[in-house]
Amino acid sequence: MEFTFRKPTGVARKALFSLTVASVALMSGASQADELKVTLPRMSVAEYHAPYVAVWLADGKNKRVKDIAVWYDMEMENAKGEKWLKDLRLWWRRSGRSADMPLDGVSGATRRPGEHSIDLGNTFADIPAGEYTLNVEAARELGGREVVSVPVTLPVTSAQHQSADGESEIEKIELTLER
Amino acid sequence: MKLKTLLGTGVVALSLIATPAMAHRAWIKPSTTVVSGENEWITFDAAVANGIFMPDHFALGTDAISVTSPSGKAVEKQNAQKLHYRSVFDINLTEEGTYKVEIANQSLMAFWKDADGKRQMWPGRGKTGTLAEFNSAVPKQADGLQVVESSRRIDVFVTSGEPSEASVAPSGKGLELDGKTHPNDLYTGEEISLGFLMDGEAAANTHVTIVKDGEKYRDTDDAMKLTTDASGAIAVTFDEPGMYWLEAEFEDDNAKAPAQKRRGAFVLVMEVLSL
Repeated sequence: MEFTFRKPTGVARKALFSLTVASVALMSGASQADELKVTLPRMSVAEYHAPYVAVWLADGKNKRVKDIAVWYDMEMENAKGEKWLKDLRLWWRRSGRSADMPLDGVSGATRRPGEHSIDLGNTFADIPAGEYTLNVEAARELGGREVVSVPVTLPVTSAQHQSADGESEIEKIELTLER
Repeated sequence: MKLKTLLGTGVVALSLIATPAMAHRAWIKPSTTVVSGENEWITFDAAVANGIFMPDHFALGTDAISVTSPSGKAVEKQNAQKLHYRSVFDINLTEEGTYKVEIANQSLMAFWKDADGKRQMWPGRGKTGTLAEFNSAVPKQADGLQVVESSRRIDVFVTSGEPSEASVAPSGKGLELDGKTHPNDLYTGEEISLGFLMDGEAAANTHVTIVKDGEKYRDTDDAMKLTTDASGAIAVTFDEPGMYWLEAEFEDDNAKAPAQKRRGAFVLVMEVLSL
């Protein structure tokens, strides 16, 4: 899986983004449009630290089915950034505490405020049919913690567009899945 | 108090002297029960007092507190210090899994009246009575001799990463958790079954008291009082996250001679989390 910070002005990045999507699409036949947009709010605070964010798919019993993204301070020395992973407390119980960090293809660096796109092409391909919840949890140093979720029906037999607004640490999440 | 109805008020006073901590409330309280990362620290308070968790009576000494790592190694307490009202110490969590922090002891206790009608007790305060010492120290023909097999345990569990089972497994001695529900996996809104064992067997009819942190800011302790069922378990659901103090007390007549009574006391500090 590939995560790309879609920066409207970054031509090089944009090129990389389309390339990535194209290759995934080629491999899976999935639509380019399968993505989750996560918008992190701008905060007018004296000391801002980018939030830790976890994105995962859960089944009807709240069991983690698949980790999709975990953004944390993974570059810190001696894995020190793992100290605050527990603050993503829902994800920590459902998944994180039993995971061996960093998770290949899932872990990534923290993101700044703005809209971030997670490519979901092929993400749900191996998941049994059913009703699921896509959770996005954010926790910020000197800030709060919030979970925002949207429903997902698998397999994707018709286009799905779901969005949900957060109130504090997550501005908005927007899920688009095409057939 | 159960003892009161069994033995009369005079002996109750003596039993309070014999086990001073149990007359008050003892605890080993961690700063947190859940950490992540490969090299984290947790700091602890150990105290005896009336109000949960307000240390204003006396410090619980740290010498007898043992810390066991997820893999069963003895963990050194660091920065241990006995302060006026509480003791403090830290542990460094370098293994993933659940650590057990515990004081456990077992003792024979005896109460009797001497030839002058004065009440006597054995062993002295804070001492552990063994069978060999009992045989030489306690007059077997004494008036009103009562012998109790007493066990006490003060536990708390803390976890780095995923909760593990080994340190939660019962020892088979005294009153303790049965190991079926993990004490570091307690969340609000979920029914929690907590089972107790006395000397390795289901501790039916154990009286359990649970008090939430912050008693100082309430008019009453708002204690939950429960009694274990035939399988030794209670079922409880917590509405509010926080630190909770649990005390369980067990007593029966199923003691090994020379004891007539078997008594177990168990304290656990639990952190209930919200999701």
